[in-house]
Amino acid sequence: MACNSSSCQSGCYKNEFEQEQKNSNSNSKPTTTASDSNICLKCKSNEALTGSDTGEEGRFCRDCFRSNLYGKFRLAVSSHALITSADNVLVAFSGGPASRVALQFVHEKQQTAQKNYDASRDRSLPVFGVGVAFIAESAYCPVSSDEVDEAIQKIRSIVSLLAPPAKELHVVPIESTFSSDSFDGRERFKKLLDSVSDATGKEDLLMHLRMLTLQKIASENGYNRVVLGLCTSRIACHVISATVKGQGYSLPADIQYVDARWEIPVVLPLRDCIAQELNMLCHLDDLQIVELLNGPSTGINGLVSSFVKLLQEENPTRECTIVRTAAKLTPFYFNRIPELNDSNVPLASRRRQKRFNLKCNESISSESFCPLCYSPLNTSDLNSLSSSKSRQSSDAFGAACCSSCRFQIFPNDSSSMEHFYSLLPEPLVARANRGFSSLRKQIQDCLLSDNEDET
Amino acid sequence: MDEADTKLRKAGGRLCCICNQRRAALKRPKTLEQICRECFYEVFEEEIHQVIVDNQLFKPGERIAIGASGGKDSTVLAYVLSELNQRHNYGLDLFLLSVDEGITGYRDDSLETVKRNEMQYGLPLKIVSYKDLYGWTMDEIVKMIGLKNNCTFCGVFRRQALDRGASLLKVDKLATGHNADDIAETVLLNILRGDIARLSRCTSITTGEDGPIPRCKPFKYTYEKEIMFTYAYFKRLDYFSTECIYSPNAYRGFAREFIKDLERIRPRAILDIIKSGENFRIATSTKMPEQGTCERCGYISSQKWCKACVLLEGLNRGLPKLGIGRNKGLNNDRKKDAKQTSGAKSIESKQCGTLDF
Repeated sequence: MACNSSSCQSGCYKNEFEQEQKNSNSNSKPTTTASDSNICLKCKSNEALTGSDTGEEGRFCRDCFRSNLYGKFRLAVSSHALITSADNVLVAFSGGPASRVALQFVHEKQQTAQKNYDASRDRSLPVFGVGVAFIAESAYCPVSSDEVDEAIQKIRSIVSLLAPPAKELHVVPIESTFSSDSFDGRERFKKLLDSVSDATGKEDLLMHLRMLTLQKIASENGYNRVVLGLCTSRIACHVISATVKGQGYSLPADIQYVDARWEIPVVLPLRDCIAQELNMLCHLDDLQIVELLNGPSTGINGLVSSFVKLLQEENPTRECTIVRTAAKLTPFYFNRIPELNDSNVPLASRRRQKRFNLKCNESISSESFCPLCYSPLNTSDLNSLSSSKSRQSSDAFGAACCSSCRFQIFPNDSSSMEHFYSLLPEPLVARANRGFSSLRKQIQDCLLSDNEDET
Repeated sequence: MDEADTKLRKAGGRLCCICNQRRAALKRPKTLEQICRECFYEVFEEEIHQVIVDNQLFKPGERIAIGASGGKDSTVLAYVLSELNQRHNYGLDLFLLSVDEGITGYRDDSLETVKRNEMQYGLPLKIVSYKDLYGWTMDEIVKMIGLKNNCTFCGVFRRQALDRGASLLKVDKLATGHNADDIAETVLLNILRGDIARLSRCTSITTGEDGPIPRCKPFKYTYEKEIMFTYAYFKRLDYFSTECIYSPNAYRGFAREFIKDLERIRPRAILDIIKSGENFRIATSTKMPEQGTCERCGYISSQKWCKACVLLEGLNRGLPKLGIGRNKGLNNDRKKDAKQTSGAKSIESKQCGTLDF
């Protein structure tokens, strides 16, 4: 981006270099003329897709574009053992293009597995199961309940059309993590969000609650993987916004193919696809999208996504570069699918797990997490924790959180802090308490008074 | 006292939230606290003192050169360092070091400012010029190569000129006026460019400790706004403010603007970016270029010839494209020539010609 000006001093001569390359390419292939320049680069027979000005889709024909995109998904899935035959995966479906494609691809993979299963004689490889989760956020969104019902109807029809094999759809309201009683849960959910004054903090809290809800659905219904449709573009935005929020330490935890810090591991098979491609596929294949008005993101997140969008327009590979840079940061030990040592898993599926995963010793193990956003804490955050001498469980909770959550989500004064703490959903508080005891063990030597009762 | 308070309030002024006595005169950009002028100077200077002490930037008895361009950052740096040196007895010998690139209408004017600073703060000044070191002024270089890539020459030459000037002054360290905004911007740009090696070192407060002269950035946590609007404005320090005539303003990148937007929403974002940069988990196994010396001039170089010599050779032989980009050059036997030797963090959108690079 620094290189498009004549007075650029970055020592990078990309434009010239590319120009040269283009020239040399056209020289080496004298057959290429302007008239057939929109022939697909891959099959060299069909006409390449047009209609979109930038991005990769301009180079391929429809079939090659599709197989290229599916290939990225398949490579991610197979090389990181994201989905194996013994699994039961829950696809998080928001209705948007990315998760729609995720659902479609998972479905296609399942169909292939089903075909193979039907054709094989010994039937040693079972077909993995697929479920779909939709989180209803009518308690937060300014949409009428009619619109939500309509959206849910559409989603039902989308999911029912993706059969066989049949997929179960779980429509769960986001407030269900708060209380089994829907009215009570709704009230607490609203109050909790209202108590967060920072717009960015509110959005981030909502994200954490969504993840909690997905985890709840998955664990209650026997799923062992959660599939998210996060694509390169979204991850690129996350890289920048996490940097801006001072979360540089925990950033690598969020952007890998696998995030197994949760009870049910979360996988990102679309990590290598950019949003533009996913939109294009939805358009080409007439994949139905359910757009619920989610409201434009405000605050830091909104600013970052418009910044990244601008950069992407200026250079169509920018998002990939951002994600690739962040991928060079050292991931955590939980960024891999845990080894299957379970004897219940059939040998055949165990053998089929290819693993180009990280080796364990490459990643540093870190045991303490922010109880609110569940991001790993680094030592400076831990130090501030050990110095807090407060007796209140709400204060202890606050002190155990990462500095970013403390700033943008927590109320400033301790009286509203207690109120805030009382509104938090059960699973979050329980997890925090589990965290405290393990944390205490780690920092025990720094503590002067060894009092367990405060945790 | 109470009466005085109410009077103040009636006058529409709020009291400074630090001393609670004087009227608040500004909203501090870093924290949005409303404070009075006196308290602002105090916290501003004491914060820098704290950074210097915490990071052990200087040792008593050291000779320190301040890279002085005449611009706001370096002028304020010169002022603050000489002030703190006296107040806290650092025991430092301070010098001003300027580079004369030979840009008529720009550098000659800014050097006048530096010369006035020399008088005002009583710091000895050393000016090294491109003409003396390389035999070329920037005006002559631009005449030859035009307005494309001229900043590459200037950046490479300046880095070396500063080191040479510093060794002439026999100083132990060079302090530059990089502020928090500059560093945050560099962090972002390195992410955008995929430069993981620079990303890992761009947040260190001291760099080049293995090189001839270490450099440090006492303003690492100091907001540009605090330097610019308030400090230079209130204290009416004498500084020079024009941009280099060879580097038009349009060049100031997206990143700069993005950071300004962020600062508007959340002032602490700048510090958070620096914090992220410091905490990034980067494997230490990243290969660093082997450091040797230039066969021609003896300056540190990872290649046979240092970048400045390659560029200079091109100028003298009438082949100004030599050493630019990835084309064949004198060091063509090794890869990554341009990338590594140009070492200067030239991607920052600092105006060309300021010394804080």
